[in-house]
Amino acid sequence: MYTQIAANTFEQIITIFSKPEYSNYLWLGLGTTLYISVCAALLGILLGTLVAMIKIQPDSKVWVAPKFICGIYTTVIRGTPMALQLFIMAFVIFAIRGFPLEITAILAFGINSGAYVSENIRAGILSIDKGQTEAGRALGLSSGYTLFRIIIPQGMKNVIPAIGNELIALIKETSIVSMAGTVFDLTYVAKVMGAPNELATYLAPMLVVAVFYLIIVYALTLVIKLIERRLRKSEKK
Amino acid sequence: MKRNKDEKFLKTEKTPVEPFDPSALIEVQHLTKSFGELKVLDDISEKIFHGEKIAVIGPSGSGKSTFLRCLNVLEDPTDGHVFFEGNNLCNLKVDINVQRRRMGMVFQQFNLFNNMTVLKNITLAPIHVGLLELKKSKRKIFALKLKNLFKSKANKLPVPTLQTSAKKIKQDAEANAMRLLNRIGLADKANVYPSTLSGGQKQRIAIVRALAMNPKVMLFDEPTSALDPEMVGEVLSLIKELADEGMTMVIVTHEMAFAREVATRVLFMDGGKIQEQGTPEQIFGSPTNARLKEFLSKVL
Repeated sequence: MYTQIAANTFEQIITIFSKPEYSNYLWLGLGTTLYISVCAALLGILLGTLVAMIKIQPDSKVWVAPKFICGIYTTVIRGTPMALQLFIMAFVIFAIRGFPLEITAILAFGINSGAYVSENIRAGILSIDKGQTEAGRALGLSSGYTLFRIIIPQGMKNVIPAIGNELIALIKETSIVSMAGTVFDLTYVAKVMGAPNELATYLAPMLVVAVFYLIIVYALTLVIKLIERRLRKSEKK
Repeated sequence: MKRNKDEKFLKTEKTPVEPFDPSALIEVQHLTKSFGELKVLDDISEKIFHGEKIAVIGPSGSGKSTFLRCLNVLEDPTDGHVFFEGNNLCNLKVDINVQRRRMGMVFQQFNLFNNMTVLKNITLAPIHVGLLELKKSKRKIFALKLKNLFKSKANKLPVPTLQTSAKKIKQDAEANAMRLLNRIGLADKANVYPSTLSGGQKQRIAIVRALAMNPKVMLFDEPTSALDPEMVGEVLSLIKELADEGMTMVIVTHEMAFAREVATRVLFMDGGKIQEQGTPEQIFGSPTNARLKEFLSKVL
């Protein structure tokens, strides 16, 4: 019986790739997932860097309000479920007829990952010995120049693995986007392909899509490893 | 150390400024530093003149390092003023970065920039400062040219020509760095990262990095305390060489023999105050302060 199921599934997988009515779905799903993930990741990193920069400023009058706002941002975003944030974005903030759900999703995921990325970056900057800043300042370099030329390049090395982790989580988290409406991302197209009047089985499309996710994440880990190795150059030489 | 307008720092500005002695290179007036309840420096007034080599000695926790760090305001004073060449470093209107470029500082932990090669470590600040000045003079020339547009041919302002270029600044800084590295015999290490160097090499490069800015005064914060015993000698001999060349320096040290040999004046600090000062002969030969006598009997 199991050999029968395996044979059928194999046949269906071949059908998915060979018949354009299915394969088109698949490529559409891949494209949507990549589009949402990449844009959200960029937004998240940008937002995270900005928030981290504000958070490491000294406790002075100028920075009290921005630091307070950033504190609330990370607390609220990290303290509430991702799906709920997506729903609030889709059904409350951007509840406009015809507003593309992809954009809503990008904003929701980007803002969410920004909170995590900001803490990662902040930790990376704090991990650098205070003496490095002091040496820079004692040479008469400004605090900004010291931060960008000395502290951040060193902190990045410690941050990359954590950010990689966050990006991997982000890619997989995009699978909940279809909970908020019709977006043809990888997870949703698998569901559509497996529907009773299509393939009438979920096993094959789900397997295919799982492999797709796996490949995306694995490719990302390779890229992160490469970046990390390049940044660690100064420790080996 | 962060120069932001927080209240603590502004308090310092409110304390009255006494007239500055123009013959002094650094003048400290009623310097006080507290960390919370703990008073680390207690109303210190002191002058440091050109060419002086000052050794600061004292038991640990006496405030020696804090005193040195207050000299270039790496530590914000709680009260009092620090003058450097007539500029009040505790005044927020004075650009502290410009003043610090004339004060070299060497740390106990070397603090070489780990993400840069030795050469880059030395040239980073000179190139950055050079480029900043280049930008400034370019802006000035542009403003002059703009003004000239609205003037008749007869009374046009003279426009100076640029003497340097970004490339020349870089080459000069690198040549200077190589000259300094040659001097300490580490020219072959120019393109390696600091993690491969020994402590003594790191500290000598840190000294050279400070020298590359042509400082008026060098501040040494326990430069040999983090070194293996066999590497102390090479660092001390370099500092002695600089002293012999007439560099003004303030050295916080536990090396009594070295302080005796190099210093022109020794300050003994305890409890946040300068308890006794004088020539090395006076301090080590005939100390009068009871606390100093006790300290010397333990370390000598």
